[in-house]
Amino acid sequence: MNDGHRFDRLPATAPGRTDEGRPTREEVLAFWEERFGVAPATFAGHTFWEKGSGKLWAFAGEAPDPTAVEALGMVFLRVRQEHWKPTTEAAQRFGREATRNAIELDRKRAERFLAGEDQEIEWDGDWGYLIVAHELAGGVEPIGVGLYLHGELRSQIPKGRRRDL
Amino acid sequence: MDVLERYRPIVDDFEAFRAACERPLPRVVRVNTIKTGVERAVEALEDEGYTPEQADWNPTLLRLAADNPGANWPYVHGWIYGQEEVSALPATVLDPSPGERAFDACAAPGSKTTQLAALMEDSGTLVANDSSLGRLTALRSNAERCGVTNLVVTNSDARNYSLDPLGGEPFDRTLVDAPCSCEGTVRKNPDALAEWSRERVESVAALQKGILRRAVQATRPGGTVVYSTCTFAPEENEAVVDHVLAREDCRIAAFDSPLPAEPGVTEWEGETFDPTVARARRVYPHLSDTGGFFCAKLEVAG
Repeated sequence: MNDGHRFDRLPATAPGRTDEGRPTREEVLAFWEERFGVAPATFAGHTFWEKGSGKLWAFAGEAPDPTAVEALGMVFLRVRQEHWKPTTEAAQRFGREATRNAIELDRKRAERFLAGEDQEIEWDGDWGYLIVAHELAGGVEPIGVGLYLHGELRSQIPKGRRRDL
Repeated sequence: MDVLERYRPIVDDFEAFRAACERPLPRVVRVNTIKTGVERAVEALEDEGYTPEQADWNPTLLRLAADNPGANWPYVHGWIYGQEEVSALPATVLDPSPGERAFDACAAPGSKTTQLAALMEDSGTLVANDSSLGRLTALRSNAERCGVTNLVVTNSDARNYSLDPLGGEPFDRTLVDAPCSCEGTVRKNPDALAEWSRERVESVAALQKGILRRAVQATRPGGTVVYSTCTFAPEENEAVVDHVLAREDCRIAAFDSPLPAEPGVTEWEGETFDPTVARARRVYPHLSDTGGFFCAKLEVAG
């Protein structure tokens, strides 16, 4: 069973699963690859853990008994909901590799997105969660995650990370 | 009360020291190399209208004009971290390598933790501990903005830190950037000395001794412990190191300070310390044009 106060490692594949609602490592890797084109090798150095219902953590280190710790690496994905959602930090750290469901905004739109605004935008790809990026210092850099529905890109930047530049 | 006056006997060119303590500090950011390179961060800052100037002793430290605003794109992307120049010293001296096991005993809000993670190239295991759960929230937010994933965060009293969550295995390198009276931050916080009292210094020194002793115990034989504070008070610096040298199996190592620095003092108010505490380094505002700092490097014996 899932205990929201404890870190539990994700099972590698379905036969290892003891908690029905907990995704496997294989499913998480498949999600990143299918949704964003991020190769499974991107996460080769990370183990995956769940603490808090549906909150998945990616951890590059080693901790044999992490039950009592406060944090283990980075919260990188929300699961146990119909559409899985990468965190802002995961989009920034791993989203550079995205080859699909990634949208690039111009400077003005990027600023509005960072401020937490929803905006109408043309997008002929899938609906749902997109990695939102912009050009910065000679490269395309992901800012966070947006939810695209009905011609509108809804900023998912958490309140504490919003900035008015 | 004129707190700084008590350091007249140990500070050369005391009037210059006092004058330097009254000057504001330049704003400095450290490039977070987990997320970008120095050149790209410089380019992004210049695109935003800043004129970053690299510190000669550490290419990841960029001085900006003092009146720059806080929010900008490089910050949002976790490419930069606002960190006072001198506070980048202890992690530089600890110098953890990728793949090692490192411990930051008093970690929040995380400037040195994220610097250690970058030196480790976000590999190996970095354990960041703090006794305050509230301050750990800030640390976690800062670490996530910097894209750090090799981090274990714990919330306990560093004086009796348990290695159990880490399988009982001691660390290769440990940083004790101890809570202190913060006298050396007077340039960025003119009120830093307002609450000063001898009792507070004595009380925080007792805490520092307990934390440093446990840090030495939690580090493997042959491993390194760096002890640092942002205060001038020998009670919190050399006296703490002297106390631990006498009780734990360790020695103090010499190191080349990349910033201009003076040797640790071996006598203070009638008390004499182990002569090797002179190998520690004191950074003074008038000599390095930074905040004030103390840094000692210990080698664990055995």
